[in-house]
Amino acid sequence: MGAFLEVKHLAKVYPDPGGAACEPVFEDVSFGLEQGEFVCIVGHSGCGKTTILNVLAGLEKASTGTVIMDGREVAGPSLERGVVFQGHALMPWLTVRENIAFAVRSRWPGRSRAQIFEHVQRFIDLVGLTGAEHKKPSALSGGMKQRVGIARAFSIEPKMLLLDEPFGALDALTRGTIQDELLRIVQATRQTVFMITHDVDEAILLGDKILLMSNGPRARIAEIVVNTLPRNRTRHTLHHDPQYYRIRNHLVDFLVERSRRIQAEVGAAAAPRAVSPGLATDAAPARDVDAAPAQSSVAHALDLIKS
Amino acid sequence: MKLSLPAKAALLTAVLLGIFLFVWYLATLPAGTASAANDEYAALMGNSSRKTTGLPTLAQMGEVAWQHVTDPFYDNGPNDKGIGIQLAYSLARVLAGFSLAALVAIPLGFLIGMSPLLYRALDPFIQVLKPISPLAWMPLALYTIKDSATSSIFVIFICSLWPMLINTAFGVASVRRDWLNVARTLEVSPLRKAFRVILPAAAPTIMTGMRISMGIAWLVIVAAEMLVGGLGIGYFVWNEWNNLSLANVIFAILVIGFTGMLLDIIFGRLQKLVTYQD
Repeated sequence: MGAFLEVKHLAKVYPDPGGAACEPVFEDVSFGLEQGEFVCIVGHSGCGKTTILNVLAGLEKASTGTVIMDGREVAGPSLERGVVFQGHALMPWLTVRENIAFAVRSRWPGRSRAQIFEHVQRFIDLVGLTGAEHKKPSALSGGMKQRVGIARAFSIEPKMLLLDEPFGALDALTRGTIQDELLRIVQATRQTVFMITHDVDEAILLGDKILLMSNGPRARIAEIVVNTLPRNRTRHTLHHDPQYYRIRNHLVDFLVERSRRIQAEVGAAAAPRAVSPGLATDAAPARDVDAAPAQSSVAHALDLIKS
Repeated sequence: MKLSLPAKAALLTAVLLGIFLFVWYLATLPAGTASAANDEYAALMGNSSRKTTGLPTLAQMGEVAWQHVTDPFYDNGPNDKGIGIQLAYSLARVLAGFSLAALVAIPLGFLIGMSPLLYRALDPFIQVLKPISPLAWMPLALYTIKDSATSSIFVIFICSLWPMLINTAFGVASVRRDWLNVARTLEVSPLRKAFRVILPAAAPTIMTGMRISMGIAWLVIVAAEMLVGGLGIGYFVWNEWNNLSLANVIFAILVIGFTGMLLDIIFGRLQKLVTYQD
């Protein structure tokens, strides 16, 4: 394969309190990420999304399987992977600037005070927090806190960014603006991102690929939905594109219906199929597995010619 | 008339104090009628103006307090030193014992908090040693140390140790996982993690332990000094009891109370300083 990030046959079994091994939360999870790609993972609670993210971050060990990033196996946490945590995880005794500076100083211990100051300021400006540098997290709104978390993760300039449902606790309006900002930053920096979300619209807006997980235990990646919407999409134009509804319906159908059914088919074909529901020719969910990628790329090319 | 809540509270405090002083005044009024013979007797006994029923009157109390306040540091030999000197000795002992305890308890608490193994291994010792009255150590301390002043410092040490140790361990053990994970993903060195993440995160809990320890230490020093004698505010109380000078005893009690309050206020401030809002 030779992708930038290769995840192979990951599985996680939490041992029983009695000591007996029980059913794996997820198994045989394999996928790849190209450099500069934004991948979202969607699935119901309990399918092990956060565990997968923690394994990618190196914070948790998988029971079996390997993760290789940029030719090296992920064996522990590293500055090459920035993490934005679900609950922002800012240190409440530090100001906005100090929180980010803590990360920057960890990344480049040799840098002078002035260099760090300047670097931190750049990322504070990037997330639109100019003027709030001296505030403590307790004085910030939920959205601003998450912005600091994003700035902290970006500031160490990691090779890959891992976002664990970063906007889950935000109200819809705030979420919208921060999504826009994240999209802008990611498009500008060509950052490789892996993100967990529960929000189908968020996945369509941000993700180049959307991994759909079946329900746990024994969760798997059931489908890889290729987002065929143009990459310069924005929140405001998104819903005018006819592809948007096809993709959205596909994702919602999966979550309400098929995610459960696939779980029941234990031992079914392990390899996830790639689908492009955005393209009219590939809209029907029950297609032949092997034919799907080839067809979609042809259809994708056609779509490009048309537009 | 509209008064703010603090003003109302202050007023009520003043009224309650007034009532208390008035009751004191009534309770110590000279026992009126049966006076003539008694006065003569009293005059024969050499303290004609003084009342001998025990409790000092407010005037006597004020007189004693004035003497102490105006001349706190006099030194008339081993058994007659000013209350300021006595207080200074007690504070010095408390400070010494408390500091030693902090030097042991905080690093040890850090280790215990970070290592579940140590936590479990040391827990039985802590559970058994914690409820022992610090004064119970006194004979052992006197035997091994063979110096009464140092023994009282040891007693302060042992009584301030446990709250600090337990709170530090608890604070360190319950640092939020998220913050530790941030430190891990940033590849922060263990020492930097201890000082920049765990210490500030656990500081409010540690400071609570220190505040409790200081409160206990101040309670214990009085009893310890009564036991070992020599110098200090506790010994002063006992000495004045032997002199049957209740006015001095009462004044010393007030001094102990106000000093304890002051110490608590100082630690309350420190606690506020390290507390963060989440």
